[in-house]
Amino acid sequence: MATGHDAHHHGPASGITRWFYTTNHKDIGSMYLWFSFAMFLLGGMFALVIRAELFQPGLQFVDPNFFNQMTTMHGLVMVFGAVMPAFVGLANWMVPMMIGAPDMALPRMNNWSFWILPFAFTMLASTLFMDSGAPNFGWTFYAPLSTTYAPESVTLFIFAVHMMGASSIMGSINIVATIQNLRAPGMTYMKMPLFVWTWLITAYLLIAVMPVLAGVVTMMLFDIHFGTSFFSAAGGGDPVLFQHVFWFFGHPEVYIMILPAFGVVSEIIPTFSRKRLFGYDSMVYATSSIAFLSFIVWAHHMFTTGMPLAGELFFMYATMLIAVPTGVKVFNWITTMFKGSISFETPMLFAIAFVVLFTCGGFTGLMLAIAPADFQYHDTYFVVAHFHYVLVPGAIFSIMAAAYYWLPKWTGNMYDENLGKLHFWLSFVGINVLFFPQHFLGLAGMPRRIPDYALQFADFNMVSSVGAFIFGFSQLLFLFIVVKTVMGGKKATAEVWEGAEGLEWTVPSPAPYHTFSTPPAIK
Amino acid sequence: MLPMLSTNPLTPVISCIHRLRRVLSAVALGLVSPSLLAAWELNMPEGITALSRETHSLHMLIFWICVAIGVVVYGVLIYSLIAYRKSKGAIPATFHHNTTAEIIWTVIPFIILIGMAIPSTRVLTQIYDASESELDIMVTGYQWRWQYRYLNEDGAEVTYFSNLATPAEQYENFSDSIAAEKGENYLLEVDEPLVIPANKKVRFLLTSADVIHSWWVPDFAVKKDAIPGFVNESWVIAEQTGIYRGQCTELCGRLHGFMPVVVEVKEPAEFDAWLAEKQAAAQRIADAASQTFTMDQLMEQGQTVYNTYCMACHQANGQGLPPAFPALAGSAIAMGPIEGHIGIVLNGKAGTAMAAFGAQLSAVDLASVITFERNAWGNNVGDMVQPVDIVTAQGE
Repeated sequence: MATGHDAHHHGPASGITRWFYTTNHKDIGSMYLWFSFAMFLLGGMFALVIRAELFQPGLQFVDPNFFNQMTTMHGLVMVFGAVMPAFVGLANWMVPMMIGAPDMALPRMNNWSFWILPFAFTMLASTLFMDSGAPNFGWTFYAPLSTTYAPESVTLFIFAVHMMGASSIMGSINIVATIQNLRAPGMTYMKMPLFVWTWLITAYLLIAVMPVLAGVVTMMLFDIHFGTSFFSAAGGGDPVLFQHVFWFFGHPEVYIMILPAFGVVSEIIPTFSRKRLFGYDSMVYATSSIAFLSFIVWAHHMFTTGMPLAGELFFMYATMLIAVPTGVKVFNWITTMFKGSISFETPMLFAIAFVVLFTCGGFTGLMLAIAPADFQYHDTYFVVAHFHYVLVPGAIFSIMAAAYYWLPKWTGNMYDENLGKLHFWLSFVGINVLFFPQHFLGLAGMPRRIPDYALQFADFNMVSSVGAFIFGFSQLLFLFIVVKTVMGGKKATAEVWEGAEGLEWTVPSPAPYHTFSTPPAIK
Repeated sequence: MLPMLSTNPLTPVISCIHRLRRVLSAVALGLVSPSLLAAWELNMPEGITALSRETHSLHMLIFWICVAIGVVVYGVLIYSLIAYRKSKGAIPATFHHNTTAEIIWTVIPFIILIGMAIPSTRVLTQIYDASESELDIMVTGYQWRWQYRYLNEDGAEVTYFSNLATPAEQYENFSDSIAAEKGENYLLEVDEPLVIPANKKVRFLLTSADVIHSWWVPDFAVKKDAIPGFVNESWVIAEQTGIYRGQCTELCGRLHGFMPVVVEVKEPAEFDAWLAEKQAAAQRIADAASQTFTMDQLMEQGQTVYNTYCMACHQANGQGLPPAFPALAGSAIAMGPIEGHIGIVLNGKAGTAMAAFGAQLSAVDLASVITFERNAWGNNVGDMVQPVDIVTAQGE
């Protein structure tokens, strides 16, 4: 590896330029994680505006147009700013350490793919200060609402999406190159930790679908500024084509946000059960099956667009099939805990909550797959409840679990276990008070993306808003815990956790600036 | 009328802080009146058609299957968490693989899925059979109202818009003055509902004049997108008379939350009488296009039309919400040559939110509203537009 020059002996550069010029996977991983947390708070503030307006019937705080800007920006910031960069940050930190590599394969591109993001999101957020207001057409930006009828800020939105896409594509190429080329000798594919496996598959999904997103926003750009009619029926185009192209990106995208979460949980549960992961091989095959299926289910988001019967049936059956590999994963996690020796540190609590609540989201996903029933669920709060159950106690909880799990490795200090548990319980209660009543709202007939509602929806909306504020403000506690751990605390050992296995636990805590400059021996 | 608070992004934040106090004090005092009216509704309605009941039972079937799976899965999980705690001295087992178990829990879910797919396919196939309808109704989505047009009927064509009927005083709670008491059907009431006969197969042909909308009546289990340039179809055989309420379910812009769907199901004989009356009224409107009206008549009718179709954007005082929605008071168009004013109202303005109202409103309504705009809010141009001018302009 880096023999012949002494680059691996020195530490980080000093001063602020360290962060601008760094090509170190740990520095870049930290920047990704801090950036995503900032975006999590920003997107959370947008969500709290939404929940404040929905606390009572009537328009109390914001104009409906501003409400629409909030739902749009909340979705975009959380998906592209919070969840995706957080997982890329975890990959940056952990993938090289888990496969015994000295760094990412393409360190300079790594720097660039991160530094694009702050500019993309500054541009996106700046649209809030435009006369026309921010994008107001939903994070799914269906044409022609997002083309012919869009505010002027749509052009900046398109440019921002292009930049996020470029960042994601570069990030995922880097991860693929690292995993396929820099594994330590003896680290065969079927010995890789599951987090590495799920990220390898996720990276391929990203490479496959981010260009499709770039394509669809480019077609919008041409419709808006250059007189084409891809999505305008008046010019011979097709508004439904937009939805097909968008969801061909969009469905794999939702698995991009959950597969690395599967990987995280598959690392944590064995550690705190003190027992090897059950069914490693079937986990790999199940993840691959989910990735494959994600390409052939996109139109289940479009059951009410009037597809032909044959199309509806195909997408219904394909969607139902996803339950099989997903079920395998859940059964494997539970069987890992079965006959283990379980302790309940904060990462484990988040991981167990992940299994329980992600499974809830899986059940409603199965219900939504049933096309005739979907006609009743579609675009109601039932859908909102469903995807928040898979994304918040799913993706977000797994990210928090990962943060608590690896924080001692990153900082060399143990976090405060009592505060961590308090954060978990506040989040767990908050999230369920927030999202569980939304199932009832949707079934009773409340559409999503409305700033005001009929009186029969008042009580559950009030409950839901209370949960939102509990969950939202609990995250400041998380910030406090992380900062406190970075500043100091009980020193962590190299292994950190009693039952932990894997190469990252063989290096000291905190992990030195350069690790595995010479590849480790793999048993 | 909805005040525009979003041009400065900080305005809503400031007003949030300002009004949060009021909301919290209301909660503290237990004065949140909606909770008294609200029902803690938990489930999907069974509805009033054979297919809505089928859909409901399908929903319940899948729900109970999920509950059963959940009991087993969560049961094993909870048992493991209790029985195999390290604090109770549990010693970890070493197994990590069991081919038999893994095959079983792959195959059994697959079989359960087949069991779900069979009834789903049957119901879906029935929903897709829209043939042999007895009445066809064209449903067209507009920002932000529904238009209903009765097809295949003899006599004058019956076409009308269905607008939100809830007064702005009820939903507009920005000001510190206490909002008007919200009515029983708050946001779910319209000026003129869709009327259909009971026990007849009614087919809906759905399209849109602008963006994508979605027409939903939960009690019919009918939800279908209204897409510009497409005609979708759906159908219902309503088995009970009564009034059924739903909403637009596809985000369609600023007032997406304010375009309810209300359907009144009448006995067939009552429906026929209603339709005959509507046809007679349509005939009278067509005849009126050849009459001449006084300024007062035009202004009065114009105000009504303006409030329904123009006010949401151009505002009650004609000041609009610039830059998206320009002011009419003192505007070059409303005070300029009459042909230009008629032209923009009839044909709209490409690239802006200004819709073409030529096909939406009658000649009388168009003449009145243009006259109103030229003579309200101090515009005082003094000229009048008669229905015949509109008909002439439309013919050009």
